[in-house]
Amino acid sequence: MHQHASTPATPGGSAPVPPGADLPDHPDFLWRNPDPKRSYDVVIVGGGGHGLATAYYLARNHGITNVAVLEKGWLAGGNMARNTTIIRSNYLWDESSGIYEHSLKLWETLEEDLDYPILFSQRGVLNLAHTLQDIRDSKRRVYANQLNGIDAEWLEPDEVAKVCPIVNVSPDVRYPVLGATYQPRAGIAKHDYVAWGFARRADAYGIDLIQDCEVTGLDIVDGRVRGVRTTRGPIAAGKVALAAAGHSSVLAGMAGLRLPLQSHPLQALVSELLEPVHPTVVMSNAVHVYVSQAHKGELVMGAGIDSYNGYGQRGAFHILERQMAAALELFPVFARAHMLRTWAGIVDTTPDASPIVGLTPVADLYLNCGWGTGGFKATPGVGWCFAHTVATGEPHPYNAPFTLDRFTSGALVDEHGAAAVAH
Amino acid sequence: MNTPFRAPGHGRVDRGTTLSFTFDGIAHTGHPGDTLASALLADGVHHVAHGIRYGRPRGVLAAGAEEPNALVQIEFPFPEPMLTATTVELYEGLVARGLSGQGRLSGEPDTARYDTVHAHCDVLVVGAGPAGLAATLAAARTGARVVLVDELPEPGGSLLGSQEPLDGAPAMEWVGAVLAELAEHADVRVLRRTTAFGHYDDGLVLALEKRTDHLGAAAPAHVSRQRIWRIRSRQVVYATGAYERPIAFDNNDRPGIMLAGSARTYLNRFGVLPGTRAVVFTTNDSAYPAALELADAGVRIAAVADVREEVPEHWRSACAERGIAVRAGHVVTGTSGIERVTRAHVAPFGAGRLGERHGVDCDLLLVSGGWNPAVALFSQARGTLRYDAGIGAFVPAGAPGGVRTAGAAGGTFTLAGCLADGVAAAGQALSALGRTVPETALPVTGPLPHGAPARVLWRVPSPRDGREDQDGTLQFVDLQRDATVSDVLRATGAGLRSVEHVKRYTTIGTAHDQGRTSGVMTSGIVAEALGVDVAELGTTRFRPPAVPVSFAALAGRNRGELFDPVRVTALHPWHVEHGALFENVGQWKRPWYYPRAGETIEEAVQRECRAARTGVAMMDGSTLGKINVQGPDAGVLLDRLYTNLMSTLKVGRVRYGVMCGVDGMAIDDGTVIRVAEQEFLLTTTTGNAARVLEWMEEWLQTEWPGLRVHLTSVTEHWVTIPLVGPRSREVLALVAPDLDVSNDAFPFMSWQDTTVAGVAARVCRISFSGELAYEVNVPAWYGITVWEALHAAGDAFSITTYGTETMHVLRAEKAYPIIGQDTDGTVTPQDLGMSWVVSKKKPDFVGKRSFARAENLREDRKQLVGLLPADEHVLLPEGAQIIATSDIPAPPVPMLGHVTSSYRSDALRRTFALALVRSGTRRIGETLYVPLDGRTVPVTVTDPVLFDKEGARRDG
Amino acid sequence: MQLITCPWCGDREEIEFHYGGQAHVAYPEDPYALDDEQWAQYVFFRDNPKGPFAERWVHAAGCRRWFNALRDTVTHEFLAVHRAGAERPSPTSTAKGQEATR
Repeated sequence: MHQHASTPATPGGSAPVPPGADLPDHPDFLWRNPDPKRSYDVVIVGGGGHGLATAYYLARNHGITNVAVLEKGWLAGGNMARNTTIIRSNYLWDESSGIYEHSLKLWETLEEDLDYPILFSQRGVLNLAHTLQDIRDSKRRVYANQLNGIDAEWLEPDEVAKVCPIVNVSPDVRYPVLGATYQPRAGIAKHDYVAWGFARRADAYGIDLIQDCEVTGLDIVDGRVRGVRTTRGPIAAGKVALAAAGHSSVLAGMAGLRLPLQSHPLQALVSELLEPVHPTVVMSNAVHVYVSQAHKGELVMGAGIDSYNGYGQRGAFHILERQMAAALELFPVFARAHMLRTWAGIVDTTPDASPIVGLTPVADLYLNCGWGTGGFKATPGVGWCFAHTVATGEPHPYNAPFTLDRFTSGALVDEHGAAAVAH
Repeated sequence: MNTPFRAPGHGRVDRGTTLSFTFDGIAHTGHPGDTLASALLADGVHHVAHGIRYGRPRGVLAAGAEEPNALVQIEFPFPEPMLTATTVELYEGLVARGLSGQGRLSGEPDTARYDTVHAHCDVLVVGAGPAGLAATLAAARTGARVVLVDELPEPGGSLLGSQEPLDGAPAMEWVGAVLAELAEHADVRVLRRTTAFGHYDDGLVLALEKRTDHLGAAAPAHVSRQRIWRIRSRQVVYATGAYERPIAFDNNDRPGIMLAGSARTYLNRFGVLPGTRAVVFTTNDSAYPAALELADAGVRIAAVADVREEVPEHWRSACAERGIAVRAGHVVTGTSGIERVTRAHVAPFGAGRLGERHGVDCDLLLVSGGWNPAVALFSQARGTLRYDAGIGAFVPAGAPGGVRTAGAAGGTFTLAGCLADGVAAAGQALSALGRTVPETALPVTGPLPHGAPARVLWRVPSPRDGREDQDGTLQFVDLQRDATVSDVLRATGAGLRSVEHVKRYTTIGTAHDQGRTSGVMTSGIVAEALGVDVAELGTTRFRPPAVPVSFAALAGRNRGELFDPVRVTALHPWHVEHGALFENVGQWKRPWYYPRAGETIEEAVQRECRAARTGVAMMDGSTLGKINVQGPDAGVLLDRLYTNLMSTLKVGRVRYGVMCGVDGMAIDDGTVIRVAEQEFLLTTTTGNAARVLEWMEEWLQTEWPGLRVHLTSVTEHWVTIPLVGPRSREVLALVAPDLDVSNDAFPFMSWQDTTVAGVAARVCRISFSGELAYEVNVPAWYGITVWEALHAAGDAFSITTYGTETMHVLRAEKAYPIIGQDTDGTVTPQDLGMSWVVSKKKPDFVGKRSFARAENLREDRKQLVGLLPADEHVLLPEGAQIIATSDIPAPPVPMLGHVTSSYRSDALRRTFALALVRSGTRRIGETLYVPLDGRTVPVTVTDPVLFDKEGARRDG
Repeated sequence: MQLITCPWCGDREEIEFHYGGQAHVAYPEDPYALDDEQWAQYVFFRDNPKGPFAERWVHAAGCRRWFNALRDTVTHEFLAVHRAGAERPSPTSTAKGQEATR
């Protein structure tokens, strides 16, 4: 949709450009780079996908535009820039499928809404089952999804091969594919485009996106937050919304809050650009791999989480080796693809693998964290709901179950599935 | 055989041997020692690929891993996507083609082998150029364990591509002498064709060795094609050299435009003349040796455009001697040509303004914009970088412990300096290890001409600048991503301030070459556009891998059967022989069922169940986790970890127990026998054995270290054979003559040591089916003997072997839950209807406090119940959801729970299921509905125990 | 992949170890004296600092001993390791250099 103003002349003798190898251009203007004002109605801490989406929906849905988004580095440079962009809503529990399906519905119209080519591609996702218990768990999820109005089906191995012919469904592998759940509406999007789409629209509403601005403290008076201290000076705020993913514990600590979060490295990688070979998204928890082929042709893969707490945005090499072995079990054709780049994000995990979104014991301080590995797909959905929460002071029905209080009552939303050992 | 583009007397290729290869469908020849790129250039082929966005012809820019342009697809001997022609060693029969952006994966399986080797050393030196060789030699002479890795087939690094002498002789003679000496040191390993690509924690450096790629189809199948070296090094010296930087000017992407140093390499290493008539465009002294050496080899140097006003006299006169015109204060503003550069446009450039342009005909344009130290690995090691404005590059600033650079990687660009720096780096590394380096004599280098400082120039203003939207449209920054100066300026114009954002907006630096030729240039152009210092802007982060590494190499041997260890019981061969099908449970292979000819799984399981309920059946239960617990406080520990009392168990007795997490959710269950006053043996579920042991050790060691208890895994020490069914007593009696099998002498939930089939055995009277049953445990070595003896003894009773599927049916009929199937981490023992296993007497145990939380006290928790479909033939799918109404309302449909287990029961002569249902216990007798294929199946909620509620069968 | 110093076995590769989270979180003296919120703190809440972190590891594929470590969660570097029950290390007293542990 955004055409290059001018493109280099292509001299004769040129080869056809490979289909899909080029991406749509970004707009000529994205955002201002304002200095912070002294005060805002709402300060959002964290300029990642969630913070930017929250800012956008505050303006769009609630007319709140005197808003600053504070980012300690560059916009959307944390997990938003580091995830494998899988979008799906086929979660087990009602609470989870509620917010993720809300998000998926927003994804389906987001490109028009943001007027940005976010490359949302509903190519479907296969979640493979490798054991009899995987089958039970998978079918349970499919039945629950269907009753929750989410497109989901169970595929036998031959049907898996039809959806994704390069998956090795032969029985002769260590953990054969016994079937898969399939959500056709699931897919991928281009993460930077999504973040920048939200940022551009937020900026256009007059919201200040302030980079290189690290929050160093929260001003709390009489149990009520009044503003933030930053590396670019103090900023007063009527309300403060935390959306800092891996750094949520550190920020919450500034308000004297302790969160049930542990921050871990999570690695991902891409291959070189390849001719189209992988038409969908495949995930396998049992052998720890998830992979899709992005628009330009690179294979994008996520690894298992590193076991220990880490803020270093680095993971261990053996995790990648393990992941490659798993990838080749499932996709023998990947053997001679090359790992081109690797990176790691910091995922904030909770005891029940579900997020925490809502109010805090500090008045006017709101919290959105604990998304673990699932944050990207929730971006529009949680932005919508968190904006509602911040604007109205009450949780949106979709994030109401995800309170901090659930860890006291025991009303967890345990998405770990059948892994019954709890530590 | 010679070609017009081979320079006589130059190069290290073996001209006595000719290799045939095919590129883009055309047959070519080359020699051993060539790369695909050098062989193509020797044949006069410069146009080897196409740009990804605009499809423009692309040539060979460089001679090594920094190549952004010459991307090729290997088609034979085996398809491999996207390699750089500059790093593909030529071999006989190679078939390749140029790419325009996307590589192709083969649909055929890759049968090559890949492996991994661990190495440990005192000092790892990366790069066998002058600095690396000097460092290695110095370290080797102290007797240290040294590993030297180098990406090329032949050590020498930059010496391979220059004519600089050492000790008055060709430098490669010195290299040869160094290698000869290194070969004498037993603890020195020199790895050729090996590229370090990752620096991880604690000195772990990963390197990829290409072992047989250069052999093509002649590669022996038994030798691994590629090998990952995991080198754990105490000290690392990065002597990784530097990459030459291009300059952005109009149409700077045409074939025939090459980095000056690379042209020198083509001449000296490969004996290839990359053109006949060249223009040189430089910002620094390093292009002059290239110009002179090429001129001496017969290339006509039409002009040298040096952006500096002052050109050192040494170079000026050397050029004059050869009739080369040096134009100081000049730049190349653009080029002509389509398939190959035909003309360079040269213009004076002073005070930021271009003067009048002159076209200079050429078929080769050599460019040098300065040199970027190769700091990727150093940076991965968390070495910090600083911007050196003098050379326009990022150089090492702060070195982390155990890591240092040497030579050009550290910004030292003279040969003498590199040699000295190598020795110095080795000295620092060794002194950190407490060794002293003896004085190392260095070879004498040639006289160093008096040089002049380089000028930093990122981009030549375009004559087209200022025309609408034309700024930098034809000036390529990242050749592989086809990203131009114009793209960079659009990015900054869009509001982007961070180089990371610019990289993402333009995709610069995200391709194969990781921005080796484009990264610093981008920072420079962005800094100029924003009016900030490059130092302030920084560069994008370096991440592994420094070079692309194939998935297969990373996977190594851990594929197929070796993907994950296969655990089998001592009886496994028997099961295989008797036609069992297997189920993966954790790493274990467990017999799933034993079909007879023509039987479906359902028929086989019905038959196996019937045998267990009416006659006698046996299974292999050896995979159950077994943990021996010994010590005076063993009972105390078990009391704290199980929900029920274990310390009161009498020696000779058995008790069932459940373990919960601190959150009160059931995590495992099994039987506990008291072996002796201070010894228990407990069993865990198959999949959880290791986790339960670790869980117990965690509590024991970290919470209650005062308890005198030892835990030992004995899972594999025992073969465990459940012998099940009304006739089991008779069968056991036949093989255990010393055992009084009567109910009085050997009651339920007791155990006895005896002899079974002549083997010392421990027999437990426990039952996971509700039937009279014994569990025979013998040392694993004797397992097969005892199994076969039991099987033989049971023959008269038509003894039947059964697998996990039948076990599941039998236990479900009795509502014995399977942890992990009937539970999912959200289920308490009370939810399972097992309040009886939760001690009321014990003041505390792990999980107890959580039972008092609000959520646990709810009346409407999900509880385990039985479900009987109204139609006794309908088998509910496991995982099916349960709703309250016979009609399915519009979504979201309120769900009451789900089916956890569902079977066709031979004993009940109908189907049945277990389910977790909200307020399930209270709903017993109610009719609920299971949506299935768009309709609903009515089911009756029942007590979960559906067979032999009174327990009448357990004593036979 | 790190090289972790097991206080019983010496330096071993990271894959031999399992992570055990925050150290020195004692099981409550009397769980029944705690209200639900205090109990939840014990069950679900652990520190998550950016910087030095006292934590537990177990040499799972080795001696199977649990031990305590002080590790920097930013650099991932182990500042100290010590046997369970030993005096808690301070980052300065036992800073781990490449040489100190061998």
